[in-house]
Amino acid sequence: MAQEYRQILKYVDQPGYTPDIDCYLRNGGYEVLKRVVALPPKTLPNGQTLSGPEQLRQEVMASGLRGRGGAGFSCGLKWSFVDRKSGKPIYLICNADESEPGTFKDKQILYKDPHQMIEGMIIACYANDVHLAYIYIRGEFAEGAKILNRALKDARAKNFLGKNILGCGYDLEIHVHRGAGAYICGEETGLIESLEGKRAYPRIKPPYFPAVLGLYLCPTIVNNVETLCAVRHIAALGGAQYAKLGTPNNTGTRIVSISGHVRKPGYYEVEVGKATIGELINDPIFGGGLREGRKLKAVIPGGSSSKVFKAGERFKLKRRGLDGKETEQEVDMLDLPYDFDSLIAAGSMSGSGAIIVLDDSTDIVAVLANMSEFYAHESCGQCTPCREGSLWMAKVLHRLTQGEGRKGDAEYLARIADNIPGGRTVCAFGEACSWPVQSFVAKFKEEFVARGAADEEHRAQQGTGPAAKRELAASPQG
Amino acid sequence: MSTALPTQTQPAPPPVDKIKVRVNGKDVEVPRTTPDPVSGKPVPTTMIQACFAAGAIVPHYCYHPKLPVAGNCRMCLVEFGTPAVGPDRKPILNPDGTTKVAKSPRPAIACATPLTPGMEIYTDTPAVKQMREGVLEFLLINHPLDCPICDQAGECRLQEYSVDYGQSASRFVETKVHKPKRVDLGPRIVLDDERCILCTRCIRFTRDIVGDEALGIVNRGSYNTLTAYPGKVFDNNYTLNAVDICPVGALTSKDFRFQMRVWFLKETKSLCTSCATGCNIVIGSREEKIYRYEPRENDAVNACWMCDYGRLNYRWIGRSDRLVEVRNPKAEGRRQSERWAAAIDEIAGKLKQAPAGSVAVVASARQTNEELYLLAKLAKALGAVTDSVPRTGASDRLLLNADRNPNSNGARLTGIAAEPMGSNLPKIAEGIRSGRIKTLIVVGEDVTRHGLGADLLGKLETLIVSDILPNATTRLAHYLLPGCAQAEKRGTFTNTKGRVQKFMKAVEPPGEARAEWDFLRALALNTTGQKDAVSIEGLFNQMAVEIPSFNGLTWAGLGDTGATVKIYCQDRGIDDTEQPLTPTETSNIQHRTPNIQSQGAREKPAGATAKI
Repeated sequence: MAQEYRQILKYVDQPGYTPDIDCYLRNGGYEVLKRVVALPPKTLPNGQTLSGPEQLRQEVMASGLRGRGGAGFSCGLKWSFVDRKSGKPIYLICNADESEPGTFKDKQILYKDPHQMIEGMIIACYANDVHLAYIYIRGEFAEGAKILNRALKDARAKNFLGKNILGCGYDLEIHVHRGAGAYICGEETGLIESLEGKRAYPRIKPPYFPAVLGLYLCPTIVNNVETLCAVRHIAALGGAQYAKLGTPNNTGTRIVSISGHVRKPGYYEVEVGKATIGELINDPIFGGGLREGRKLKAVIPGGSSSKVFKAGERFKLKRRGLDGKETEQEVDMLDLPYDFDSLIAAGSMSGSGAIIVLDDSTDIVAVLANMSEFYAHESCGQCTPCREGSLWMAKVLHRLTQGEGRKGDAEYLARIADNIPGGRTVCAFGEACSWPVQSFVAKFKEEFVARGAADEEHRAQQGTGPAAKRELAASPQG
Repeated sequence: MSTALPTQTQPAPPPVDKIKVRVNGKDVEVPRTTPDPVSGKPVPTTMIQACFAAGAIVPHYCYHPKLPVAGNCRMCLVEFGTPAVGPDRKPILNPDGTTKVAKSPRPAIACATPLTPGMEIYTDTPAVKQMREGVLEFLLINHPLDCPICDQAGECRLQEYSVDYGQSASRFVETKVHKPKRVDLGPRIVLDDERCILCTRCIRFTRDIVGDEALGIVNRGSYNTLTAYPGKVFDNNYTLNAVDICPVGALTSKDFRFQMRVWFLKETKSLCTSCATGCNIVIGSREEKIYRYEPRENDAVNACWMCDYGRLNYRWIGRSDRLVEVRNPKAEGRRQSERWAAAIDEIAGKLKQAPAGSVAVVASARQTNEELYLLAKLAKALGAVTDSVPRTGASDRLLLNADRNPNSNGARLTGIAAEPMGSNLPKIAEGIRSGRIKTLIVVGEDVTRHGLGADLLGKLETLIVSDILPNATTRLAHYLLPGCAQAEKRGTFTNTKGRVQKFMKAVEPPGEARAEWDFLRALALNTTGQKDAVSIEGLFNQMAVEIPSFNGLTWAGLGDTGATVKIYCQDRGIDDTEQPLTPTETSNIQHRTPNIQSQGAREKPAGATAKI
C-alpha cells in the first residue's frame, strides 16, 4: 500500500511552521551544513585523500539522485562534468523558474520552507567550490522572491552565508534573480542567457554545455529547487542510505503535483516508484479518485509536455524480480510505477512530476488546443522548427475548436509535429511542444477526425467555402 | 597567393594538426582547429567545414564563415556517426577489421558541431533531405512570397533551396503572421520584417564585427521581429554589409531598392577607390550604367566587407557633366576621330622643345600604378619635378583608412610622389611664380585647391590637364584630355599595406574619354620615342621588371586577390605588417557614415573626389 513519505515536505503545512529562520533552526535547520563544513579529509584504502567537498560529491553520486526539474538526469553525473581545472569560477544556479503547466511543487518549498532549499544550496555550493550562486525565480513568484531575499538576509546574519561561513574559511554569496515571465527561462541555457541580461535564447550544445561554458562562459551547475533540497538530505543521511529510499535507479523521494479531474488535487511526496499512477490518482491519501460518475479518459503523467496516456492503455514492461531475473510483464497504464524509467519505457516521462488527470467530460481537442496555444506563446522563436511549428499547430487546433476543422486535420497536425522534435531544435522545447500533439492525435485520432468531419459537413450544409481561406474570429495571439 | 613573390620571405608555417573524417564515404583531412572569425583564436573545426572540404553541399541560412555561429536556422542538420566503443573503452571493429561506426540517433547541426576523429558525416540520406524539406517548409509558411517585387529575387537563399527542397504546392491553409513592412531602420536601410527568417546574421555582424549594438529581436515565437533598439538608428559606416549577408530580401539598401533585377546585372571584379584600404568589390552594371558596389571576399584586405562610404561612392561616374571632349586650342573644328591624335602630337611637340627643368607633373594618387609609372618615366626623361596630393579623412579600425587616396603607395613606389607626399607642391608653385616652370602636366587633381591657384596657372605657357569631372584646373587647361573612372578601365592599385591588386573594366567611358594609361603611353612614345607595352597586361609586366618593389609580379599572377609587396616608409622603415582583418578592437568605429559630399571639392556634388 503506497504511502506518503514526507522528507522534503516534512514540516511544510504543519500547524505553526513558518518560513522564518528561527522556526527552521528550532527544527534542526542548518545542522547538516554545520556537519558538512566540518567534514575532515578522508584517506581511502588506496592512499588517496578525499577533501570534504569531494566526499560530498561522492555521496551525491552514490545516492543515485536524479534531477527533479524534468529531464531526470543524474545529479552526481552532472556535477562530475564540471570543468574544475579551467581556472575560472564555478557558478551554481538554483532553477526556481517552475513553469511547466501542472507543476506546483517547488513553490511549496520556496514559500513555506525556503531555508531548507538554501541550506541544500549552500551544501551543493560547498561541494563544488562555488563562491557565487544565483536563485533564478520565475517572475510570477513575486512573493517567493521576497521570502527568499528575507531568508538569505537572515542566513547571512547567522553566518550561514557570506564570508568565512561558520568559521570554516569558506565564502559564498547567493543572489535572487527574478525572471520576467517566460517558460523558456526554465531551460538551463536559456536561464543562463536571461541571467546574463540577454534574451532567453537557449544555447547550442555543443559547445555551450553549462558544465564547461555556462554563466559568463564559466563552468556552471544548474539544479532544480527540489534537487537541491534532496542534496541536503543526502548530506544528512549519506548517499547509500538515501539510495535505499525509492527503487533502484529511481532513488529518493519526489513531490508529485496532481491536478485535473480528481477530488483531491494537490502535492504529495512519495518514494520514487513506490506508488503507481493509479494509486496516486485514486488512493484516498493522494488524489482521492475521480468525481462521482466520471470515468478516466486520459492522464498526462509528467507535466503538459509529456506524452499523454489513454485510459486502458497497456504497456509491456521489463521487470527485475527478487531472483534478479528480468521478466516482461504487460501492465495497465494505471499500474505503471510512478518513476523515471517505467514512464520512459512506456513512451512518456515523469518530467516535472506533474500528473494531470482528464475524465470523460473532457474535450480532448480543446485540451490540446489550449496546451498548443501555451507553447506557441512560449516558444522563444530562436530556431525555425519550433518557432514556426508551434504556432502552426496552435492555429490548426484553434481552427478545429472554432468549427472550421477538416477531416484531414489530424493527419496534417501529425505531419507538422513530426518535423519538430528529435534533435531538430536548439533545445528540448521542440519536444515539449510537439510531443503532446503527436501523442494526443495518435491516441485520440478518432475525435480529431470526427471533429473535422462534422465541421466539413456543417459547412457543406451552410454552403460556405473551405475554412482555410476565411479569417477566423480570433486566432491565437493573432 | 602562393605565386612566387621574391618580396615574401616568410618562414615555413608550423605543421598543421589535422583530423581525419569521412563525408558521404569520402575521406577528408582538415585542420583540427580553425581561427574564430571574431577573436582569431583557434576553435575546433566543425562539420560544415569538413563538408565544404569534401565538396558536399550543406544548405544553410544563419551560418556565415565570417560570423560567430548561431545554429538557429537548422537547415544544415546532418546525420553522423562516431567510432563505436565497447564497454572496455576500446573501439569495436567490423568483421573486416575496420572500425565500426555507430550512427547517432539524433541529427546535428553541421555549423556548430566540432569534428572528432573518425567521425562520419552523411549529408545525402533520405532523413537529411526530409529534415531540410521540413525546415524550408517552416520558413516559407509565414513568408510573404512576394518574389516578383523583391530585390533579393535571383540571389535569395529561400529561392535557391526551394529548387532543391521545396514543394510545388503549400499545404499551409492558416492565416499568415503579419509583421511590419517598410521599416526605416536607418539612413540607408529599409527592413521588410515579413521576409525576415530571423537568422540573426545582421545582428551578429553589427554587434560582433562592427561593435555597434544596434539590432535585436523583439516579441516571441513566430511573432519574433527584427528591429533597431528603441531610440537607436541603424547608422554605422557598415550597415549595408547587413544587406549583403541577409540571405533573404528582408534588409534592403535604399540606394539599390527597386532599381534593377539582379539577374540583369553584369558583375565585374574591381576595387573600391574611396580610401587606401583597397576593398575588393564587384561592380553590378547594366548597359553602361553602374547600379551597385558589393564587397568581394579577400582575406588579405577586407574579408567580405566594405564600408558604406566607399560602397555608395559611385554615382559621380555617371554624372552628366563628365568631361567628354578633348580640348586642343589649335584643333577646333577637326573631326572627332582626329582630336586625340592631334592633341597628343601637339603636346609631345611642346614637351620635346621644353628645356630640362621647365616642366612639372602633378599626378593624383588616385591614378593606377601603370599610369603613374608612365608619367614618372616621362617626367624623368623631361627632367621634371613631380608630386601627388595627399588626401586624408577620418579613419576607423575596421576598413576605412585615413588615407583617402587608393594608390598612395603606388605613387610612392613609382616615384611620382615626393616624400612626404605633397612636399614638392610649394616648390612647383615657386617654380611657376619665378617663371622657371613653364609647362605643367596635371593628371586627376584640381591643383587650384592645393597651392597652385588660378593666378599661378595663368602664368604657364602650357597647362596640360587630364581629369574626369570639370573643376577650376580643367577650366584653365590649354589641353584637356578626358580620363576614366576605375570602372571604365583596367589597372592596378597598391593599397596601404602594399597589396597590389588589379581591377577590371565594367562600363565604357563616355564620349571621347579614354583610359589614361592608354594615352599616356602614346604621349610618351611621341615625346621620347620610348616603346612601352600596348596592353595593360604587358604594361604591368614591364613595370614589374623595371620597378624593384614590383619585381617578380605579373598581371596574371596577381589573380583576383592581388599580391603583397614591401612598402618603405621613412619613419617606420619597411612596413610589412600584413595583418588579417581583426575587428575586435572596434572602439573607434565610426558610427556615422562620413559625409561623402564634404570630402569633395566644394563645387562638385556628392562623390566627386573619390574618382579613380
